[in-house]
Amino acid sequence: MTLAVFWGCTCIAFGPALGLCLVTVLRHPLRVIILVAGAFFWLVSLLLSSLVWFIAVKASDPGNKPLQKGLLIFGVLFSVLLQEAFRFLYYKLLRKAIEGLVALSEDGCSPISIQQMAYVAGLGFGLMSGAFSMINLLADALGPGTVGIHGDSQLYFLTSAFMTMVVIFLHTFWGILFFHGCETQRWWEMAAVVLTHLIVSGSTFWNPLYVGSLIPSYLLMFAMAAWAYVLSGGCTRNLLQRLQGQQSETSPQPGS
Amino acid sequence: RKVSGGAAGLGPVVGGSLNCVSFSSGVCWANSVERKIYIPLNRTAPCVRLLNATHQVGCQSSMNGDTGVIHVVEKDQDLNWVLADGPHPPYMVLLEGELFTRELMLRLKGTSRVSGLAVAISKPSPPRGFSPGLQCPNDGFGVYDSDYGPQYAHCNWTVWNPLGNGLSYEDFHFPIFLLEDANETQVIKQCYQDHNLPRNGSGPEYPLCAMQLFAHMHAVTNTVTCMRRNSIQSTFSLSPEVVCDPLSDSNVWSTLKPINASRKMDPADEVVIVATRIDSHSFFWNVAPGAESAVSSFVAHLAAAEALHKVPDALTLPRNIMFTFFQGETFDYIGSSRMVYDMERNKFPVRLENIHSFLELSQVALRNSSALWVHTDPVSGRNESVRPQVRALVETLLNSSLGVNVTLQEVSQSQPLPPSSFQRFLRARPIPGAVLADHRAAFQNRYYQSVYDTAENILMRYPEGLSPEETLDYVTDTAQSLAEVATVVARALYQLAGGTGNTSAIQADPRTVSRMLYGFLIKTNNSWFQSIIKQDLKGLLGDEPPQHYIAVSYPVNTTQLVQFVLANLTGTVVNFTKEECLNPERAPGADKEMYDYTWVQGSREPNSTSRVPFCVQSTVHLTKALSPAFELKEWGSTEYSTWTESRWKDIRARIFLVASKELEIITLVVGIAILVLSLLATYFINAKAHVLFSSPGDVAY
Repeated sequence: MTLAVFWGCTCIAFGPALGLCLVTVLRHPLRVIILVAGAFFWLVSLLLSSLVWFIAVKASDPGNKPLQKGLLIFGVLFSVLLQEAFRFLYYKLLRKAIEGLVALSEDGCSPISIQQMAYVAGLGFGLMSGAFSMINLLADALGPGTVGIHGDSQLYFLTSAFMTMVVIFLHTFWGILFFHGCETQRWWEMAAVVLTHLIVSGSTFWNPLYVGSLIPSYLLMFAMAAWAYVLSGGCTRNLLQRLQGQQSETSPQPGS
Repeated sequence: RKVSGGAAGLGPVVGGSLNCVSFSSGVCWANSVERKIYIPLNRTAPCVRLLNATHQVGCQSSMNGDTGVIHVVEKDQDLNWVLADGPHPPYMVLLEGELFTRELMLRLKGTSRVSGLAVAISKPSPPRGFSPGLQCPNDGFGVYDSDYGPQYAHCNWTVWNPLGNGLSYEDFHFPIFLLEDANETQVIKQCYQDHNLPRNGSGPEYPLCAMQLFAHMHAVTNTVTCMRRNSIQSTFSLSPEVVCDPLSDSNVWSTLKPINASRKMDPADEVVIVATRIDSHSFFWNVAPGAESAVSSFVAHLAAAEALHKVPDALTLPRNIMFTFFQGETFDYIGSSRMVYDMERNKFPVRLENIHSFLELSQVALRNSSALWVHTDPVSGRNESVRPQVRALVETLLNSSLGVNVTLQEVSQSQPLPPSSFQRFLRARPIPGAVLADHRAAFQNRYYQSVYDTAENILMRYPEGLSPEETLDYVTDTAQSLAEVATVVARALYQLAGGTGNTSAIQADPRTVSRMLYGFLIKTNNSWFQSIIKQDLKGLLGDEPPQHYIAVSYPVNTTQLVQFVLANLTGTVVNFTKEECLNPERAPGADKEMYDYTWVQGSREPNSTSRVPFCVQSTVHLTKALSPAFELKEWGSTEYSTWTESRWKDIRARIFLVASKELEIITLVVGIAILVLSLLATYFINAKAHVLFSSPGDVAY
């Protein structure tokens, strides 16, 4: 669909992630390392789960459509569980890393906290997941044609870009929630992450009824965002104070 | 010609391979997203660029293909939408074969609202005839010019191809493809009807169905330019990028009495040459069925050769007979000009002085009420030394038709020769000769050098329900008629070569003619062809009708098949082993200088899958058919053919939907807005993080 659509979809899908990276991650070398390592962990989990799915598909009859659909659902399920397992593994690795950083530091304090690590790890997971979702679509978006000649929806690229954006955000918030659950031994937080991940991935089976996949995902994303905000130490009072503070600053004050 | 390799766009390759489920060595076709967007058109033939000394002809597309909104033109009024009314130019026109005329093409050529053309082959063939060749084929390269018979030059006396509209020799700046498969044409029309028709009075709405044609040609201007660029590339570059190739292949020739091919013929020996052409052309690349223009003549020629070899006193005739099959005659006589050039420079065993007479078979399949016309050259007919020999030749021909259902008649002696290889020989030396054709003045062939010159054009009809084996052997009326022509030719040749016996026993075999017609016009992959070719040439035979275009890489299938058929029909089986046959110097009794030995795979044994191969001894030879202009490096020559074919990388076609510009711009604007918004939001949140995230009792940053 030409260059305009290519850049538009790239900005939609990766714009917020780019903003987050530029402002919070790229200036801190330790965070960059954790970001890239997180991306790698997600990549390994995808490789293993896709290997399992590929073997299952090759071993089965390609003509049997319900079986192939079932195998796809199984593949998605397995992949979600494997991604969360790798998130747990990464948490364990980062825990060990913090002990090492504490030992190396001068004042007995780690230069990066586990909450920051959680955020960056989640962002890393999200970036790699978004890349794998979106890159081959973007490559085909460069050509002159758009989706639709076989009857599919024309909004394919746009909805895929929005879905990628929401998945990147979700991975970031899941990272924060999951690590918090692991830190404070609250297993129900980890279970909530896994459950919502399953719901979001499962909702994509509603496609091409894009309403059925985008709206639940965005609602869940806002819910996760609020929860992560609260867990990170923010509260609504501060938010409202901040906003009011802004308002009172802008309105002229007598005598100041 | 396709150039392999080269750098494709990196993005699509990287992205496209990610989703490809293929770890094996199989070709990774398209990923699932590409399959959602594009429908490739597989059964198409492009129009490519050909160049000669002064011009470029054919079609050209942009480097990354030409895209346009499809519009189906089924009648003349539909064209107004494309040329003036349509709101979404440029258009890609899907044309019915009937409307593919010169005046429509000139209208399309003059506008910038057309980005390409797809022609749907019309079944049945257009009833008024269609010929994209010239009205005066090979003008300027025959014998008639301002010095020799000026009143006959440039078809001033007779227009040979009155239906010729010259489209093959026009230069188009947009790609033109032929849609050979009616199913694909239907898919395109369905897409057009679903998306491109105007609704409720207003114009058609996006998304619209569009087509993209890739046919970028590397060569430009003319042969001189592209050969000069080739030589610069070859001299200075480590990996030269050749832009064009000369059209070349091989001529096939054989003699009735074996001669030593490496030594020159004795000046006292005389040879009667019988010649036909074996190639044709059409507007589209590698589509050249050439039934009437080439196949009919060389099949009759092959049948005459077989009949002559069966004559008992063939080897004791006073003069030899040389059966010559010229390749490339469609493109200003490439094969015959090369042979004459070789003869003049003593590079060919036969010299021009050895030629006693010349007989050529032109188009012979569409005889009107069994009439076959004898054409002679009027200018050399006035030459006192040549005239009696020409008269004797014509007398012999007329006598040979007694008892056969062929009425030989001579055309008016002031009429010039039709376009024929004989004209190139006359350019070098006045030789007595004649050209046999089924037309008196203008061609009977209404589809000369077009895609419609197929088996149906020469009225080959088979009854329903025959198996392929039965069809191979079924003698059609066309086969019978060509066998009669071959009989006449064989008897005439026997007498011209000095034979004095009774000629009524010389008969061409209609069954052989029908097998050859089937093999060269309908399907090359039949049992007879399979039994006469060499073992390692399986790729030679296919299931589609064969095309007889000269191409640039040799030898082409047609030349090889003519060689094998000629060897089978005129050669003898010798009792050599495979080792001896492939290395004749070790075989006892083999004469490598006089004969050619071929190990053919033979026919299948009944109730078995193995074949019984054997060795064939024949006098069949190949000589190079490359225009002398390329040997002499005179690329701007007006004396010899200078035709070259451009090279290209990628030729394909596909259809898809295009979205409106508004939707694309909206996507871009939304994307940029989200990017800017998120950058700003992140910056502000980060700046105020200490305020937003400071809550007592929890870990702060």
